[in-house]
Amino acid sequence: MTRASKTRVEMPRRDPKERGTDFKEVALGLEPELAIAEAERCLNCRHKPCVSGCPVEVPIPEFIQLILKGDFEAADAKIKEKNSLPAVCGRVCPQETQCEQVCVLARRGQPIAIGMLERFVADQASAAKKARGEAADGQQAKPKYKERIAIIGSGPAGLTCAADLAGYGYGVDIFEALHDTGGVLRYGIPEFRLPKSIVDEEVEYVKSLGVNIFTNVAVGLTLDFNEMLSSGKYAAAFIGTGAGLPYFLNIPGENLNGVYSANEFLTRANLMKAYLFPEYDTPIKVGRRVAVIGAGNVAMDAARVALRLGAEEVSIVYRRSREEMPARIEEIENAEEEGIKLQLLTNPARILGDDRFCVRAMECVRMQLGEPDSSGRRRPVEIPGSLFTMDVDTVIVAVGQGANPMLTTRVDGLELNKWGNIATFDECGATSIPGVWAGGDITTGASTVISAMGAGKRAALGIHQWLTEKREQA
Amino acid sequence: MVLAMGAAEVGGDVMFKVLEKDLLAENIYRMVIEAPLVAAKARAGNFVIVRVSEVGERIPLTISNSDAERGTLTLIIQAVGKSTRDLVQLESGDNLRDVLGPLGTATEINPDVKRVVAVMGGIGVAPMLPLLRAYRKAGAEIVSILGARSKELLILRDEVEDLSDEVIIMTDDGSDGEKGLVTDPLRRMLEQGEKFDLAIAIGPARMMQASCQVTKEFDLPTLVSLNSIMIDGTGMCGGCRVSINGETKFACVDGPDFDGHAVDFNELVLRQGYYRDQEEHAETCQTFGRE
Repeated sequence: MTRASKTRVEMPRRDPKERGTDFKEVALGLEPELAIAEAERCLNCRHKPCVSGCPVEVPIPEFIQLILKGDFEAADAKIKEKNSLPAVCGRVCPQETQCEQVCVLARRGQPIAIGMLERFVADQASAAKKARGEAADGQQAKPKYKERIAIIGSGPAGLTCAADLAGYGYGVDIFEALHDTGGVLRYGIPEFRLPKSIVDEEVEYVKSLGVNIFTNVAVGLTLDFNEMLSSGKYAAAFIGTGAGLPYFLNIPGENLNGVYSANEFLTRANLMKAYLFPEYDTPIKVGRRVAVIGAGNVAMDAARVALRLGAEEVSIVYRRSREEMPARIEEIENAEEEGIKLQLLTNPARILGDDRFCVRAMECVRMQLGEPDSSGRRRPVEIPGSLFTMDVDTVIVAVGQGANPMLTTRVDGLELNKWGNIATFDECGATSIPGVWAGGDITTGASTVISAMGAGKRAALGIHQWLTEKREQA
Repeated sequence: MVLAMGAAEVGGDVMFKVLEKDLLAENIYRMVIEAPLVAAKARAGNFVIVRVSEVGERIPLTISNSDAERGTLTLIIQAVGKSTRDLVQLESGDNLRDVLGPLGTATEINPDVKRVVAVMGGIGVAPMLPLLRAYRKAGAEIVSILGARSKELLILRDEVEDLSDEVIIMTDDGSDGEKGLVTDPLRRMLEQGEKFDLAIAIGPARMMQASCQVTKEFDLPTLVSLNSIMIDGTGMCGGCRVSINGETKFACVDGPDFDGHAVDFNELVLRQGYYRDQEEHAETCQTFGRE
């Protein structure tokens, strides 16, 4: 075997100028030679720090060894022992703060590109199956147990919980309020970062395990959650409804036309495919100058969508400095490469409208960083007399999301915390109601796809253990 | 296939079938659709979001009537943009792609209300019917003022008459009933000292606004039903935000019913018009009617 390269592979990406004009995927994925070369760098450590850095404990060294053998489908199957959505995770997980951060090679700044390899394996396996004309490859077994489980929400938490429960041997029904599956994977993350065909394939895989998915069912409204359990139809339930309540800034002018929540802007573009208007019926309006308020991944997504919809100038407006930006470094780089501007240490004070009630400008103040606050980050403080006006005609508010109360307020006896998130009482996400678990953003507030998946996985285990105990006692 | 649930037990791939379709007036249709789960839970004030096809918009429509036993919903649709035109192209036996509901906070029927004046214009009569039924059932006396541009555009008049103790018809051109606006008899009755416990005004935003201006003068509590632009209808997008006493609310989950005296109607009208220049291609959302 040749001596492995010391340098981490780089993800080939499309040219920023070209990619900024369409919605095709930005990151191109690795070719087999590059993937194998990267896999050769893996030390195959016995203590596997990477696995403990993964919220769903993907057997990382094992799948990488299978890449080395050239058996990409076996590598995919190895990942799927723990992770039902590898093509998604390979694209959107923040590996740099998880598995790759604790990689032994990270000490030299060159951790194994685990995320890129995960995506590579998933894409290779999918292509191979397609070439053979095979559909999704789950092993659908007749449920071993008679208890059925209801899962509320078909986002990453719900899909993962469902897949694991099906694996344990339960019949599982997922209920989704929107007309399509995937939750934030569908309505939130744009096509150029996560193609919807990938989401379709991953959802098909979960269904091939025997999971039913019912769309257009808003549990709490269409079906009464309490009845679903009390009728005995479902032995247990998992709530993974996500963070579906957009926060606004509560500054004057926020209801002007041209002010969107990031949720609305991205839902129009992603779920409703407004970027294909008028082929698709839902419209979206983007002006020439767009300000996106906030600096998380959602803000980056909104800014890059605005750019692709034809905005001439898109600025991220953030009250802290670059260091505190919550978005992944990779996404900030992608955005900057495409020409997104950063207006840091800037806080909006007021949005101004024209005589047609449309946004024409935004008044902001400059900030400086003061003493650290409760989050440990230096608190931004307004610089007196620094008010200035930005000429903008579209404002997208991406300052986070809270807990959507639609379901949680309609569940008898469900304890919520002070932010309206569902309170959980053990690491599996048990709630105040016996037989009901919860996980993902509805318990934690807005977080990552993979942490929601981890929560779904732990809840599945919690549900299985609880039902097993009940069966043994009976 | 992902299963669209509604018309059968869990497990079937179910669409939402159009059972009946009638033309009520020019471009105004009544459709009865199969959606048993929604029908079983629907209450006065609730709405649904429907989609005609895979490329279609999500269209919010008030539930005008529901039949839990039959598993059906009655929707009144005014075809004014692409999406609503596509919707009314469907015939009996065709399927809607999606129906989600019942959405919104159901109207609270106040048992202390003994006498109601119901003001409705355009297709605002459609969302009014469930409220009339509910107050009728609660034993309240109902005076209805039903307005339209002309006689041909008066819809659901028999239903209103069945549910009301008194009906006043108003048309802009005098082709039926009195010539004038719905606010004329409203003001007249209040000035003559007629006593009501509640006014309900549903119709075009400007009509609701004018009605609220009149009732405000007489301190008559007034309920309105707002038709904002929305996408998901579950509180997720915030597109439907309205100012209620200066505070932002989401019409989809906090409403669609609100205290009419607290609503910023000017803002509502301006927000409703945001996509008007794109309506040639696709109509965004006419929940309850439009001038």
